[in-house]
Amino acid sequence: MTRLALELPGLSLENPIMPASGCFGFGREFSQLFNLSELGAIMIKATTEEPRYGNATPRVAETPGGMLNAIGLQNPGLEKVIANELEWLKQFDVPIIANVAGSQTEDYVQVAKEISKVDNVHALELNISCPNVKTGGIAFGTIPETAKELTKRVKEVSEVPVYVKLSPNVTNIVEMAKAVEDGGADGITMINTLIGMRIDLKTGRPVLSNRTGGLSGPAVKPVAVRMVYEVSQQTNLPIIGMGGISTVEDIIEFSLAGADAVAIGTANFVNPFICPELIAELDHYLEQHNVDHISELKGRSWK
Amino acid sequence: MIQKELMTVVSQSEIAKNIFEMTLKGALVDQIDEPGKFVHLKAGEEMMPLLRRPISIARIEPEKQELTMIYRAEGAGTSALSRKRAGDQVDVLGPLGHGFPVQEATPGQTALLIGGGIGVPPLYELSRRLNAKGVKTIHVLGFQNKEAAFYTEQFAALGETYVATVDGSLGEQGFVTDIVNKHGLQADIFYSCGPTVMLKAVEQLHAAPNGYISLEERMGCGIGACFACVCHPTADETGTAYLKICSDGPVFKAGEVAL
Repeated sequence: MTRLALELPGLSLENPIMPASGCFGFGREFSQLFNLSELGAIMIKATTEEPRYGNATPRVAETPGGMLNAIGLQNPGLEKVIANELEWLKQFDVPIIANVAGSQTEDYVQVAKEISKVDNVHALELNISCPNVKTGGIAFGTIPETAKELTKRVKEVSEVPVYVKLSPNVTNIVEMAKAVEDGGADGITMINTLIGMRIDLKTGRPVLSNRTGGLSGPAVKPVAVRMVYEVSQQTNLPIIGMGGISTVEDIIEFSLAGADAVAIGTANFVNPFICPELIAELDHYLEQHNVDHISELKGRSWK
Repeated sequence: MIQKELMTVVSQSEIAKNIFEMTLKGALVDQIDEPGKFVHLKAGEEMMPLLRRPISIARIEPEKQELTMIYRAEGAGTSALSRKRAGDQVDVLGPLGHGFPVQEATPGQTALLIGGGIGVPPLYELSRRLNAKGVKTIHVLGFQNKEAAFYTEQFAALGETYVATVDGSLGEQGFVTDIVNKHGLQADIFYSCGPTVMLKAVEQLHAAPNGYISLEERMGCGIGACFACVCHPTADETGTAYLKICSDGPVFKAGEVAL
């Protein structure tokens, strides 16, 4: 038993660090850089029933300490994700968390049903919080009753535990967390991006072709920490925390706030070696601070 | 093999208005096997700016483990980069992407190299490699004006070189495509790098039976993971096919990408 290994619904994690969905593709690019089996898990890019090209470019814009993105759930579609991407990922000894997206309940149910049957998919992450698609997504993520109902429907068909990814673009995050808990969620992942905008001074128009985009990176970390702090006190569900993590100190902060494990997003774009680097550093940090297991730190800020 | 390395600045100088030439030294140079690939630089410290900046490689000196970049200082990232001095270190990720296939031109053939503005630099290493294997090169370089022009003498030393400026302050007045038409330039193959509008016009020139173009685009990760720099392939029946400029390109076969 190491300081980093832990058990969460559906997931036997060798360490609590995994790349966040949308920031790691399906792992192919990073497999040229390090062995993907080193990761705690992989949250693959959102999968929809049909292939999606996504939004027009420009799709990203830099901001102080962060970035806006409006990719628009680009992916090759359920069939190809299962046949090509998940099949390819089977060569690695790492649990996959499949991010499931759609624009109406039936889409989510269909993708969840099929993708949860794949051997290396150990859990689903229900994407009810993508701010960059015109229909669906955001309503599921901002209305508690709708979120609860969708969670229930997906739980009925999924063969693996279901984590729900919460949007920070709500007035009361605790209410959303409780709603998905009532709907039967096995865990929570949080937070998705905050809706933002940049305007080009030369043209006077928004920089992103989608006009708005999701803000991520170190700039959003305090928001995420606060939300994990609030939600972890009000639900019994395990939490995979994310939002601007780029150092081992950030991971400790999320843990103290109440996260069981963490996901790394934007930092993968700045330093593609960040995940394995943080795994090594976290182990070292805990040893230096005489912490026998990462779970000892969980929720210490409010306990 | 993609590496991340703190490379050391050997030299930096402003060679034209807001155009900087920077030479970096490090083991990463050993991995650069063809011209047209790029490096992704962390220009500032920590979070400002957060993301890396993709910069093309203008010259490689393998035996010295040095690479030279030519870039325009424009935004926060490239401006921060332009303040680096000899002896400073720069966080470099690379080499990234697919470069210009030098092997597509055979000794004795003629290659037409067409560059526009900050798209000119990668053509320099390409020209050196082509000349080294006995391919004759013709260069057509386009700039905004005389102040913004650079490396015209270096190119001229490698082969026939034409310069076009929008205002006619250097070389001939007009666009690169005007020069090709005016002089009736023909070749066995063409290679081009510059703004997309220029590349589109270059593809329509038919100055060579086939060619390769290098696209410029805002990038996020630079390795193909973030889907920021996608483009549509010409052959796309469903409308959902895509190519990533950073990892599938930045060099594509002419006609492969819908411009």
